[in-house]
Amino acid sequence: MAITEKPSAGPAIPTRRVITTEPRLSDKVFRGIVTAGGLSSLIILGLIAIFLAYQGYEILVKEGTSFFTSSTWEVITDDVGEVQSYDFGLAAMLVGTVLCALIAVIVAVPVAVASALFMTFYAQGKIKAFLIAVVDLMAAFPSILFGFWGFFILMPKVEYWSLLINKYLGWIPLFSVDAKIFTRSPFLAGLVLAVMIIPITTAVAREVFDQTPLDRIQAAYALGATKWAMIRAVALPYGRGGVVGGAMLGLGRAMGETVAVYTVLNIVYQINWHVLFGAGGNVASLILLKFGEAKPLEIKGLMAAGLALFLLTLLVNLLADFIVARTGKKGR
Amino acid sequence: MSFSDSVSASMKSGRDFQNRQEKLEKDATMNESDQAKSPKPSSLASVAKSHISRGNSARRLGTGLEAKGIHAWFGSNHVLADISLDFASGSVTALIGPSGCGKSTFIRTLNRMHEFIPTAAMAGEVLLDGKDIYAPGTDVTKIRLKVGMVFQKPNPFPSMTIGENVLSGLRLAQLKVENKDDLVEECLARAGLWSEVKDRLGEYGGALSGGQQQRLCIARSLAVSPHVLLMDEPCSALDPGSTLKIEDTIAELSETMTIIIVTHNMQQAARVSDYTAFFLSDGGPGEMVEYGKTTEIFSNPRDKRTENYVTGRFG
Repeated sequence: MAITEKPSAGPAIPTRRVITTEPRLSDKVFRGIVTAGGLSSLIILGLIAIFLAYQGYEILVKEGTSFFTSSTWEVITDDVGEVQSYDFGLAAMLVGTVLCALIAVIVAVPVAVASALFMTFYAQGKIKAFLIAVVDLMAAFPSILFGFWGFFILMPKVEYWSLLINKYLGWIPLFSVDAKIFTRSPFLAGLVLAVMIIPITTAVAREVFDQTPLDRIQAAYALGATKWAMIRAVALPYGRGGVVGGAMLGLGRAMGETVAVYTVLNIVYQINWHVLFGAGGNVASLILLKFGEAKPLEIKGLMAAGLALFLLTLLVNLLADFIVARTGKKGR
Repeated sequence: MSFSDSVSASMKSGRDFQNRQEKLEKDATMNESDQAKSPKPSSLASVAKSHISRGNSARRLGTGLEAKGIHAWFGSNHVLADISLDFASGSVTALIGPSGCGKSTFIRTLNRMHEFIPTAAMAGEVLLDGKDIYAPGTDVTKIRLKVGMVFQKPNPFPSMTIGENVLSGLRLAQLKVENKDDLVEECLARAGLWSEVKDRLGEYGGALSGGQQQRLCIARSLAVSPHVLLMDEPCSALDPGSTLKIEDTIAELSETMTIIIVTHNMQQAARVSDYTAFFLSDGGPGEMVEYGKTTEIFSNPRDKRTENYVTGRFG
């Protein structure tokens, strides 16, 4: 409004000009291509969400909140295969998903940060190049192989470690067990997931550490810093955002992981917070377990479970973005 | 910048008016001498003479620094040949010369920052208080505590507040100090920054202007009480007002420590230094052409190349 008002005194203030530019054709074409690329992931994600919501809608409405609060997952049929009754509850699987993923991140992040720091600041020449190649290769490793390795190699060891942890730290509720069943526990699944997400977390963290401004590194050294002191004062504050980002990428992968968890975890339809106890589950492995012989009705239930996992992942990522925005930007 | 502006700026910065006016006149003569065929080396020399030489001070730290036969390489590229220089305790030495002549490389051999560049190599000895800093078994971090450095680009730690930046050297070297607040105030005051930041010590270092950031970096290096301070073109990214303040700081610091400053600004070399070394590379490794009292270098250089450089004929 102020622009169009006539000034009462003094020289007339001209109206503000609209500033435009006419991009040339090549620029328009390129803009179109990258816009299409940028929107494609959004569209695909949206289509998947709509598909899941459409398929799972019926079950979600019928089960209501008990879909997220009850832990029973059963379909009762009569002799000719007609559905008598059903009860779909996802609580145990949701808890299991978060629990396994958290164990994985807690174990993986320190290892990943350490190896990223080693590759950035300590390893030299050919060893450095070799390590980077190995980590990148590991990040692309099929998860079933991690599952196999976890099943055959890690499981016997973890059982023993669990016994020790339970013996000495059993007074912490998280590490207590009701019965001495340590095999195929969320702890084991978490460790397998940790091994799986270390490479991706390492790769992201290393990329960020690698970009630590040289002038700050030199400033620290010129003040008489040891390498470790320099890393603490310069590299870690600078790379904090990258570490959190890498951890979140790993967390996302751990939450959605199917086969590796299915291989090593005892899937039990009961909420279990005791990480050492051999019972748990996660949403993705439930879907894998049930999908093969599911009737149309149960498939709808699994679609609803898929939607729940989708939303959970989205929620965690939003939370992560929030954390990064709150802590990562300060003083960069 | 009008004349009156620069005068008021000089008054603010605590410089005396006379000096400033002299300098302005000299700037004018410099420009004339560029155009006229006959250069006047005496124009800068008078600036150098106006620099008061200091007597011995009891507060002086260390017994100076001595470089003996320094050579430097990057890979197979020989960039610096046979530099020997003795930096007396409490003196200010300016290193001048065109870009690429090895001044910065030389200064970085003096606190062992040279070795951070992959493929970098060196020969010769650097004696700090009589001991070779390259001797086997030396803890390099202790050397760098005694030989501080200020870089061309101001580089405060952005993740730390102003106060934390000043104390960062202590934290990095894991040193303990009795009264942190006093030390922060003392270092900032010596760097000429205290009055500007005393009410905002909790703000982040990046919030300061370029000139203030550079003085913060100086304050930061003072906190670990180095014996020698290396300054690699500390004012090249700064405005004239900030430059003057830093030069005042240098004059004050030289009462207690040995200062070695690389500069492309010959006025600055003449204003702040007691001794000047002229470096030059004629395609091969950089060499030291001439070294002497700053007054001599600017008024009566022995080497023709030095004269050409300090009078602005090249470089």
